[in-house]
Amino acid sequence: MSELAVHSAHPPGFAHQFETVEQQREAGHLGMWIFLATEILFFGGMFTAYVVYRSLHLPSFILGSHELLVRFGATNTAVLICSSLTMALAIRTAQTGGSKGTIIFWLLATMVLGAAFLGIKLRYEWYRDWVEGLIPGVSWLGGGTHTPGVKMFMCFYFFMTGLHALHMVVGLGILTVLVIMTARNRFSPEYYAPLEISGLYWHFVDIVWIFLFPLLYLIGGRYPGS
Amino acid sequence: MSTAIADIHDAPAEPAVNYLNASYGIRSWLLTFDHKRIGLLYLASITVMFVVGGVAATLMRLHLVEPQGALFEPETYNKMFSTHGIIMVFFFLVPSIPATLGNFLIPLMIGARDVAFPKLNLMSWYIFITGAALALYGTISGGVDTGWTFYPPFSSLYSGTHVVAVALGIFIAGFSSILTGLNFLVTIHKMRAPGMTWFRLPLFIWALYATSLIFVLGTPVIAITLFLLGLERLLHVGIFDPAVGGDPLLFQHLFWFYSHPAVYIMILPGMGVISELVTAFSRKKIFGYSFVAFSSLSIAVISFIVWGHHMFVTGQSVYAGLVFSVLSFLVAIPSAVKVFNWTATLYRGSISYEAPMLYALGFIGLFTIGGLTGLFLASLATDVHLNGTYFIVAHFHYIMVGGAVMAYLGGIHFWWPKISGRMYPDMWARISAAIIFLGFNLTFFPQFMLGYLGMPRRYAVYPAEFQVLNVLSSAGASILGIGYVIPIIYLAWSMRYGPVAGPNPWKAKGLEWTIPSPPPTENFEEIPIVTEEAYNYPAIEAHDYPDAPGVARV
Repeated sequence: MSELAVHSAHPPGFAHQFETVEQQREAGHLGMWIFLATEILFFGGMFTAYVVYRSLHLPSFILGSHELLVRFGATNTAVLICSSLTMALAIRTAQTGGSKGTIIFWLLATMVLGAAFLGIKLRYEWYRDWVEGLIPGVSWLGGGTHTPGVKMFMCFYFFMTGLHALHMVVGLGILTVLVIMTARNRFSPEYYAPLEISGLYWHFVDIVWIFLFPLLYLIGGRYPGS
Repeated sequence: MSTAIADIHDAPAEPAVNYLNASYGIRSWLLTFDHKRIGLLYLASITVMFVVGGVAATLMRLHLVEPQGALFEPETYNKMFSTHGIIMVFFFLVPSIPATLGNFLIPLMIGARDVAFPKLNLMSWYIFITGAALALYGTISGGVDTGWTFYPPFSSLYSGTHVVAVALGIFIAGFSSILTGLNFLVTIHKMRAPGMTWFRLPLFIWALYATSLIFVLGTPVIAITLFLLGLERLLHVGIFDPAVGGDPLLFQHLFWFYSHPAVYIMILPGMGVISELVTAFSRKKIFGYSFVAFSSLSIAVISFIVWGHHMFVTGQSVYAGLVFSVLSFLVAIPSAVKVFNWTATLYRGSISYEAPMLYALGFIGLFTIGGLTGLFLASLATDVHLNGTYFIVAHFHYIMVGGAVMAYLGGIHFWWPKISGRMYPDMWARISAAIIFLGFNLTFFPQFMLGYLGMPRRYAVYPAEFQVLNVLSSAGASILGIGYVIPIIYLAWSMRYGPVAGPNPWKAKGLEWTIPSPPPTENFEEIPIVTEEAYNYPAIEAHDYPDAPGVARV
């Protein structure tokens, strides 16, 4: 479609169906916000189910929650918040005309933090759960104090953190593309919409975790005095 | 103004290069980013699905000619109605008008060169095809017997059929809906031509805007629900199993949170089509433009808070039932607003009974019956009697077939000259519209009576006293089937042999009629500047018939 000669004067990254660069930027932003609204409803269905069963089986959910390791969950929360900061810094650098190297540095930092999150999750949490037989339907040694409600809790724990981790993996893929695009000089202070839009996604995935952490790790008297 | 009209009528009949012949070969279609071609890809694929779902329906009706069942074992019958429901709802009705006419028309109607994200648009089609292929695989390799509703614990624990494959197919196709809705929302927000303000938009656009909202906000919930169901079935973790503390009703809540709004996904675009047809063939402005526009939005909003009326007899709290009943009555208001406004538009119009108009008038009548019988089901007391009977089946077929499919066919006929550049055979079109109307009523009106008398839906056998009504219904289904086959044949025929239509055979308003038929790939040579409101038919009438009495009236 790029053969339409009328548009040949436009900057790189400009798509034929738009009339102006500004229109394209706004469309991209609106598209991502609508996508995030969809995502909220997507996670929302699972949060609803979680809340219903938590109210039905609160004691079991507390028992289940105590099987999780708060220190790793808390570490990961910090890691993710830092990754949102580095993502924002990458966008800011592009916006203010910073060097290509600086943008790539912040993008790579975001990727390292994201990978660290996934690494901690895999090595110190899911792997341990597997060894200890805490994964319903896959490796489940539940007995004794493990009521059906505990199994239900662990289900939701794996569904929700699994779905979140899947979004992280997609995010890492997007970041890889952004690094390549940056290296090829695609971005300038006039055109950095892909960075901004991907940033929105990354922050969203971060915020989902901010809800998941207390819902899954901190229920039922994990804090002093209760 | 008058020069613009003259231009429309004097434009060359068929452009040498248009979107259909700009490039050739299967690759040029499978890799196209052109919204018009993608619309046709959807048209072809959902027609296949319609035939599959239609064959299943035909076999069901044949089976029910005899009280003991004429054809199948009960298990096979269960698979027939499940296949019919799943294919028709998720793979025909949901994508029908939005994905075909919506894709084709939205950029043309708002004065854009394409949708906002053309690549995403093509990706949506591939996602749809992947989901449809999985669902067809599940159907052919053994079928599903859960009904289109997949209620656990039957679907999660007991059914021995291909639940996971088909549910996964629906899950995947859902993302096609989401991305299409997203694309439409952004396109309508950001791609309108200069001067095309919100209140100058054709009402078809408003209807698809409302539909897209439901796509984006409802579909993810059914996706996650079917995902949970699939995991439950594969890993037996107990989410919907009451024996280990799960709650099957939660599935129903989540399912209907999408599937009730999905009813409006199917009917809202149809309402948009009817607004276009009624104005074009009465030569009048729509009566109460903003009421019709906002009724689309309010239907979309209210549709999200009425799902509990599917669960009156499941044991949900009485108070929940009460609230859901009241809310369900509420949705009748914007629906009635539309019917009243179409009727008021017809009043003193110069009505012509072209084939699309026959479908439109059929829609108004059948939708009214379907809508009013919906009120019976929204009332708690009558619902207890009618729930799970053929009354429900008749009610939603009046909405989905008498409403949505009639509007779909009306729209296909109305815009066929724009899509193909050719006219269809007029006589055949009118005959098939009449056959469909008669066949439809003969099929489904007896089902109201059957349901009222107490015949439950989804049963492979029935008491002998119901046979007469069942035979009537099956006879109607065979007529209806013929009515659907005829348009498939003559529309395909007309693509090659139909007379050249010219840019605006209906003398209709709207930007899509100002460009050649079929349109060029880039739609508009110059992006148009819009200076008038939608449906300014009085201007054309005054231009064409300056001396006619009453023209100045408007």
